[in-house]
Amino acid sequence: MKQDLNSPKGFSRKIRTIAVLTVLFSLVIFMGFGIEHETKTTVVNIKAAEKDSVASTKAFMQVYKVLMSPRCMNCHPSGDIPLQGDDSHLHAMFPKRGVEGKGVTAMKCMNCHQPKNVPGLNTPPGDPNWHLPPANMKMVFQGRTPAQLAKQLVNPKTNGNKTMEQLIAHADDGLVKAGWNPGEGRTLPPLSHAEFKKEWIQWIKTGAFAPKDK
Amino acid sequence: MITLNINKKTHKIDADPDMPLLWVLRDIVGLVGTKYGCGVAQCGACVVHLDGEAVRSCVTKVSRAAGKSVVTIEGLSQTNDHPLQKAWLDLDVSQCGYCQAGQIMSAAVLLKENKNPTDQDIDDAMAGNICRCGTYLRIRDAIHLAAKASKK
Repeated sequence: MKQDLNSPKGFSRKIRTIAVLTVLFSLVIFMGFGIEHETKTTVVNIKAAEKDSVASTKAFMQVYKVLMSPRCMNCHPSGDIPLQGDDSHLHAMFPKRGVEGKGVTAMKCMNCHQPKNVPGLNTPPGDPNWHLPPANMKMVFQGRTPAQLAKQLVNPKTNGNKTMEQLIAHADDGLVKAGWNPGEGRTLPPLSHAEFKKEWIQWIKTGAFAPKDK
Repeated sequence: MITLNINKKTHKIDADPDMPLLWVLRDIVGLVGTKYGCGVAQCGACVVHLDGEAVRSCVTKVSRAAGKSVVTIEGLSQTNDHPLQKAWLDLDVSQCGYCQAGQIMSAAVLLKENKNPTDQDIDDAMAGNICRCGTYLRIRDAIHLAAKASKK
């Protein structure tokens, strides 16, 4: 028997139907916002057509080799003492990170590290802004797997508040480039700066994918 | 010509801008309280204050000091009565004395920034100043004594 929608029973059925449709419609809208928000925190301004997870993770494995080499990793330690040397031992005299990453009291980084390399073996390498990451965002490389490091690098909450554009520009940061001018007796990173920069940009522009940990 | 402000006096220095500040202080200006220990920033005997920071003058180029305030051990106080200098005498800290100017200059920055340092704070500040005679225990005691005296 066909229900009369204008009868009391039919009318309440109408209301129920409208209510269900409203709830479903609202869920779709809210889910849409949620997905958009998640995308913004991980990848910005990379068009869908440019994303290539295979090329991206391949490039990152080259980047990883450089970032885990002593010239980079030594200033991204897991503890509060920088590392030193090609064997990444704890820095002699145990200077401490400090709140800003610039050392503490009479042992600040730039008390010994000068604006330029000091000539000779076993002398401090130099840069006008020698420092570690600050205590509230240590940006640790030491001990990180490729997946962990990639995720850390793309997240502004763990990468020094950098946007993707700033991350790309960071390859030309003065202290980053100092890794390729380390002073006598220190080995260079496994790629040249130009090669590293190419892989860095390739990784980011193809989607900044994190490789899967084995 | 480089103009330096050393212990509140102006000096015009005719030297290569790359000359280490230590050489300028000792050989040109004649302030020999700051010592040469290693020449590679690993012993701390050469510590002076550059705008209040404890820099190693053996690796600091004189050009870096231009326009800034340099204080050596001679200029730490007018009449050698800085709390640290008094504590050093009270506790007879020095043995050969060679490292002690650098020790005091480093300790002075520690106390300026931390008026009541713990033993760990002292370790963190002073670990870069080495003493072949092994006066470390008295250095630590003297820093605590100076900190206490400065509170009064």
